[in-house]
Amino acid sequence: MIFIMGFLESAILLGAVIGIVAYLTWLERKFSGRMQSRIGPYLVGRPHGWLQPIADGLKLISKEDIVPAKADGLLFNFAPAWILVVSLLGFAFLPITANWVLVNMDLGLLYFTAFGSLIVIGVFTSGWASNNKYALLSSLRSAAQIVAYEVPLLFSLLVPAILAGSLDFMDIIRAQKGYWFITFPVIGQISFLIFLLASLAESNRMPFDLSEAESELVAGFSIEYSGMKFAYFYLGEYVHLLAVSLLVSILFFGGPLGPILPGGVWITIKTMAVFLGILWIRWSFLRVRIDQLMMFNWKILTPVSFIVLLLAGLWVNLKAGM
Amino acid sequence: MEGYVEERIIEREFGELALNMGPQHPSTHGVFRMKLHLRGETVVNVVPDIGYLHRGVEKLSETLDYDMLPPVYERDDYLCPTANSLAFVLAVEKLASIEVPRRASYLRVITAELQRIASHLVAIGTFGLDLGGSMGGGTTLFLYCFRDREKVLDLMESLTGTRFHTNMNQIGGVRYDLYPDFAKEVMELKQYLEKLVDDYRSMLETNPIFLERTRNVGIVTQELAKEFGASGPVIRATGIPYDIRRSKPYSAYGEFEFNIPLGTIGDVFDRYLVRILEISESLSIVSQALEGLPEGPVNSRKPLKSALLLKPPKGAEAYGAVESPRGELGVFVVSDGTSKPYRLKLRSPSFSNLALISEILPGNLVADAVAILGSLDPVFGDVDR
Repeated sequence: MIFIMGFLESAILLGAVIGIVAYLTWLERKFSGRMQSRIGPYLVGRPHGWLQPIADGLKLISKEDIVPAKADGLLFNFAPAWILVVSLLGFAFLPITANWVLVNMDLGLLYFTAFGSLIVIGVFTSGWASNNKYALLSSLRSAAQIVAYEVPLLFSLLVPAILAGSLDFMDIIRAQKGYWFITFPVIGQISFLIFLLASLAESNRMPFDLSEAESELVAGFSIEYSGMKFAYFYLGEYVHLLAVSLLVSILFFGGPLGPILPGGVWITIKTMAVFLGILWIRWSFLRVRIDQLMMFNWKILTPVSFIVLLLAGLWVNLKAGM
Repeated sequence: MEGYVEERIIEREFGELALNMGPQHPSTHGVFRMKLHLRGETVVNVVPDIGYLHRGVEKLSETLDYDMLPPVYERDDYLCPTANSLAFVLAVEKLASIEVPRRASYLRVITAELQRIASHLVAIGTFGLDLGGSMGGGTTLFLYCFRDREKVLDLMESLTGTRFHTNMNQIGGVRYDLYPDFAKEVMELKQYLEKLVDDYRSMLETNPIFLERTRNVGIVTQELAKEFGASGPVIRATGIPYDIRRSKPYSAYGEFEFNIPLGTIGDVFDRYLVRILEISESLSIVSQALEGLPEGPVNSRKPLKSALLLKPPKGAEAYGAVESPRGELGVFVVSDGTSKPYRLKLRSPSFSNLALISEILPGNLVADAVAILGSLDPVFGDVDR
């Protein structure tokens, strides 16, 4: 019985996440359209092209599945599936409301970041298996980038964990009953910014989407992919992005906590706000160069995240001593 | 197959990655191929390969009558059609000593400057694509620029009936006179664009990523620019005030007040800056031309067929040069006394500017290679002719 319940719950979560992500692409297209003084999708389904994601999905499914003659067939097919599965797995540990999470465990935060950093394996594999020079350059970039940005990402994540005294998402949410961690003087805001930047870099978003870099590497690691396999990359990226937005809202904005409205509504509002913020960044910045990316990470983000972590630890210690 | 073997040799013998960028590539601004030799991500050598868009304009000119040629020249550099036909008609007018009414010269200046604005907007917009890709902030800049460019093209459309290849210039004058509301519409456009140019400048020049990506990248020194015969914004970005509108005024340019925006060190940022400042200067020239527009006819002769074909004297030679948005665009014509040119040579600015890349690319990263190519603003119709 427990098994069946668990199975059902995870199926519902999976379906919900994929459905939401499909409509997030629609949201992004409308949003970027408004930013760029155009309309965005409009004709497929009135009003405002609401059938567009479904039409796109059908198109991608019905497309021919091409495997280049010189590609490594097995790895070529494995990589997109890996990216999607690993991105989706992260959701298992994220609490959707104050009292519902698929897998409730003490080390939820740790597991989430572990799955997040496994994505790079898929990216690297796809670049290697495509047997294409652009894809290879892109996967090298992406490996270097993700390894570098893991460090500030983890350290900035640890700040809320230290303030809450737990790696369990539920405890972190409960600890924010009095105040949200974003309002914690200096430490809260800085670690929020570092986390946002590092997770943008980790999920290959503007201005750090160096592994996609259409202007020089055409489409990077996904250059040889078509049809549904290409859609898997896209889906994986958006799933990860949604997870990051959710994580930010939980760690820094108190997740489901908020007055009057129920928890589910609050967490949706916060997640969407963070997601739109990420879109805003994406559609208004240019791309940085690989050396600038590395400099920024090792010279600014990493030392600052060390200091912030140290300060957070010091404060918690002093408070315990008093 | 040959190219493939060549790539293998580079990879085996030199330990470098041979990357074939183009001819189909989103950032080569047309059909252009760069054979890049990479060590890691650093470009160590580049072999540019042009000619994919060669349409034989020079040879084609020898088979057509003079009056049939201005439209052909409009198709040469497809971002500033009137500048090209202007260079051609200036050369032919010199060749056959044809007088041009003063009003026609003014109208030529107005259309040429409007199209300079349109061309620079394309240059800045596509430069955004090079820096930010088609899925990010670069597109935003690109679409803003194209939105504004469309306003300029709308104006050209109401003036000539065609939004782009206007057929405005003809030998001996221009084809269309102004319509009553033109000046008012231009003034509206001027106000609109001046505000937006300020917006773009504040948007880009305070953006740390834009500055990081463009400052001290792809520096062209004054010596290098002179050696390669660079012109236009590329040479002005190095600080050399070379502008044919000033140094050798043609049409009515001698009668207007305008500044020549200059860069300081000749990097990618300076080339961007020169272009965006030139938009404001062009707007000022257009408004001056409209204020002082003389009355009179707009052409001294009609393009004629058969009976009275234009036949310049035998052995005459003439060189007409204009400052196109990309630099010195020259047309050299030799006549043999018939109604068709004996030989015609086009000096295209994009060609000379593009030649610089084999000097300035090595040592930069692949990402910068794209930015540098974009900042030179080559138009491959113009390079390959």
